[in-house]
Amino acid sequence: MSAITLKVNGTSHTLDLDPTTPLLYALSDDLQLRGPKFGCGLGQCGACTVLVKGQAVRSCITPVETVQGVEITTLEGLGTIEKPHAIQKAFIEEQAAQCGFCLNGVILTAKAFLDKNPKANEKQIQEAMSRVLCRCFTHTRMLRAIGRAKQEMAR
Amino acid sequence: MKNQSPKTNENSLTPDAQQALQSAGFSRRSFLQGTGALIVTFSMGDMLAPQTARAQFGGADAASDAPPASQVDSWIAIAPDGSVTAYTGKEELGQGMSTAQTQLVAEELCVPLQRVNLIMADTSMTPDQGVTSGSQSSPANFNRNNLAGAAATARQALLQMASTKLNLSADQLTAVDGEIRSKTDPKKKIGYGELVAGNKFNLKVDTNAPRKPASEWTVLGKPIPRPDMPAMATGRFEYVHNVSVPGMLHGRVVRPNAVGATLVNVDESSVAGIPGLVKIVVRKNFVGVVAEKPWQAVQIASQLKINWAPGPALPNHDTFYDYLRNQKPTRDTLSVNSKDVDQKLADSPTVVKATYYHPYQMHGSVGSSCAVADVQGDKATIWSPTQGVWHQRGSLSLLLGLKPANIRVIYRRGSGCYGINGADAVTFDAALMSQAVGKPVRVQLSRKDEMAWENYGFAFVMDERAGLDAQGNITAWDHEAWSPVLGNRPGYNKPGNVITGMLAGFEPDEFRPRANAPEPNAYNNNGNSVASYMAGQVNGIAKGTGTIKSERSLIHNTKSYFWTGPLRSPQRLQNTFAHESFMDELAAKAQADPVAFRLRHLSNSRLSDAVKAVAKAASWDARPSPSPRAKKTGVVTGRGISCVAYEGDNGYAALFAEVEVDTATGKVTVKHIVVSTDAGPISNPDGLRNQCEGGALQGMSRALGEEVTWDDQNVTSVDWRTYHSLPLGFDVPKVDVVLLNRPDEEATGAGETAITTVAAAIGNAIFDATGVRIRQIPFTPERVKAALHT
Repeated sequence: MSAITLKVNGTSHTLDLDPTTPLLYALSDDLQLRGPKFGCGLGQCGACTVLVKGQAVRSCITPVETVQGVEITTLEGLGTIEKPHAIQKAFIEEQAAQCGFCLNGVILTAKAFLDKNPKANEKQIQEAMSRVLCRCFTHTRMLRAIGRAKQEMAR
Repeated sequence: MKNQSPKTNENSLTPDAQQALQSAGFSRRSFLQGTGALIVTFSMGDMLAPQTARAQFGGADAASDAPPASQVDSWIAIAPDGSVTAYTGKEELGQGMSTAQTQLVAEELCVPLQRVNLIMADTSMTPDQGVTSGSQSSPANFNRNNLAGAAATARQALLQMASTKLNLSADQLTAVDGEIRSKTDPKKKIGYGELVAGNKFNLKVDTNAPRKPASEWTVLGKPIPRPDMPAMATGRFEYVHNVSVPGMLHGRVVRPNAVGATLVNVDESSVAGIPGLVKIVVRKNFVGVVAEKPWQAVQIASQLKINWAPGPALPNHDTFYDYLRNQKPTRDTLSVNSKDVDQKLADSPTVVKATYYHPYQMHGSVGSSCAVADVQGDKATIWSPTQGVWHQRGSLSLLLGLKPANIRVIYRRGSGCYGINGADAVTFDAALMSQAVGKPVRVQLSRKDEMAWENYGFAFVMDERAGLDAQGNITAWDHEAWSPVLGNRPGYNKPGNVITGMLAGFEPDEFRPRANAPEPNAYNNNGNSVASYMAGQVNGIAKGTGTIKSERSLIHNTKSYFWTGPLRSPQRLQNTFAHESFMDELAAKAQADPVAFRLRHLSNSRLSDAVKAVAKAASWDARPSPSPRAKKTGVVTGRGISCVAYEGDNGYAALFAEVEVDTATGKVTVKHIVVSTDAGPISNPDGLRNQCEGGALQGMSRALGEEVTWDDQNVTSVDWRTYHSLPLGFDVPKVDVVLLNRPDEEATGAGETAITTVAAAIGNAIFDATGVRIRQIPFTPERVKAALHT
């Protein structure tokens, strides 16, 4: 065990952790965050996604020792129920979910992509989302919400 | 930042009810009797007789101490401040059912939506409605019984109470905005809270109580946004995965190293000294690791040395369907049997035969299943994503050796389940480990443990035979299918129906061979084994949706090596794939337009209307298939249709699919889907659309890519590289939904109708495009390419 310092949603936390612990476990268990979720533990589905310096990263396969001190943003860090981020607002307005378990990965992956590619076309957005799974298959609504968020975020 | 998870249900109660619940501990009766306002009291005399419960919910016997469905107070409570608490056994599994039920209560009671608080599936509070599954929530709670009936009865009671208080006849009164008002004098009114004054209704649900007609709805029938959406989108929503109990430990299961393997011994010394280890839990063949932290549990489980005795060799995956068809013994079921099929076929100038194959498929929830159990002494509190809290309680009492009344099971939403995913198994896992350590334990399965051991959707081999007369009318239709089964939902008393219970020493449902099926004595098309075009005659009464009177449907169940259970549209989806593909083959043989040919053989107007609605919305080009442009080279397009009367009469849907086939690679791309749905009166059109869209695309993923695979000992489709779900970024087709509102009909299901029709529509479209019929799911590029070039 070692003292590991994680900077999450603007706050620094020093935790006593095995340095190989995947970031997801620290966020979910130690910090009790509800945004990042365990889906596969293999980096295949996207449910655990967080933003590390603005990049979408799969926290289930990211050891905590590799992200010490860098800015980590979870879904909670984007916005709140009262003041959702534009992309969160787009998902709410499009009612783009069923069970909602995948939303974390969908929203953060799209956010990271749109930040870098604000003018992306539909095809490029689909490609960017091609490693994210939604098993309720709310795909049409989610892609619509991402398109809507693109417009909003461009303003 | 610490969440107060276990209190969520309680936090949404009124303060006096909270206090009562806390002081009552596990005794539901004392909780119910002890409260002033919230108030569901009943005597033993009110209890539902088991047979009544069975009739009511179509399931097994209701738990005898559950709030009786016959009592209004079991469903509805009105607090002194006028707020309404509604109790339901039908859960929010992600399809908007909590929103729709809240709308229902608000509508029937004439209160603002925000004033209704819905409590779902908690054995300390809600009625036993069996499981939330099989498109049964709408028919159960939106007609005349249960929640709708209770709310309608309560409104009538409020009108009566106000009539006395205001000294006006009930017909001079109206219910508006949580008040009963005089229709003529705005000063004469009284609020519900004041009327009820902390009392109970003490009334039986009156199934004749007038429901508000759909024409007067202001809340129900509207596209009310889901109130859970903002919390989900911002990472604030509490899933079962987020439940946190003080002192909670973390468990990890260690499943056998092969299907059917049994435990020889566990070498505990192999993990001695690893930080965080609390206990290795062994019960017969069940092995679990309890640790202080989840990552520690993962590491310990991966290093624990266990000797397993191998299980039986599994049947060869490549020749599985031949094996299945010849497997003995069988349990045979006839749904219809006019006994003249062979003769009619012999007399028909044209006989068409085809065999269809459907693999085992999995629920494959995106989040692996999770539960939290706190078993201490003779009491247990369980937070579970199970579809049936009362069922769980019954099975847990056997597993843990505790009285059912000492177990409280609280539903917490998990990842979308689509049937019995790992939810029940992981709840048992957590309970066993918690009991062994006497502390709360949270367990989340690994991806492999979720996928390798869940109760898969059924594999099927299906033979279809039919005759055509000289005019191209179907003369007779025969359906014969083989499908393996093992386990099921655990129900009230079968923990062995899922992996954990079996490992811990409980038997699954016994397989009872029955080589000669008895003649059907009542029409039951629950599994859609009877094609929509059959007349469905039993004892001289035709209850089917079609015109073909010479008919037989025979299913042979066999013993499965893998666990099986309900996966979205169990049996119905597989049978419908065969029926609707075969109907297309018959239409082609008769050189008839597939839509017209269907309509010609249907007798049910709702199903016909669903077909017509889709054809119209898709601008259906009426002509026989294959397309005049069909070819086996280049990139070709085609269109197909299919339809279903789900379970015979529980919802109607038709689906159009337009596909593009790259004949060089065999890749099938669905370009456009149009689905129509008739589920009776529509409770929430946006929710229904969402469900139809999801069903259409999930059905597409299952049709194009999903298949459980195995080697000689183990399931090999254990992650998202080996089990092929279509990701978010594939070529998503345009999906159009046509809602057919039937305000004057009974509410039917809608959850599983759309998905049931997808595979056949895609297969029919591939045929239209290429002239080649693919009869095996999934339509992988390899399979399509091979079929095109043989």
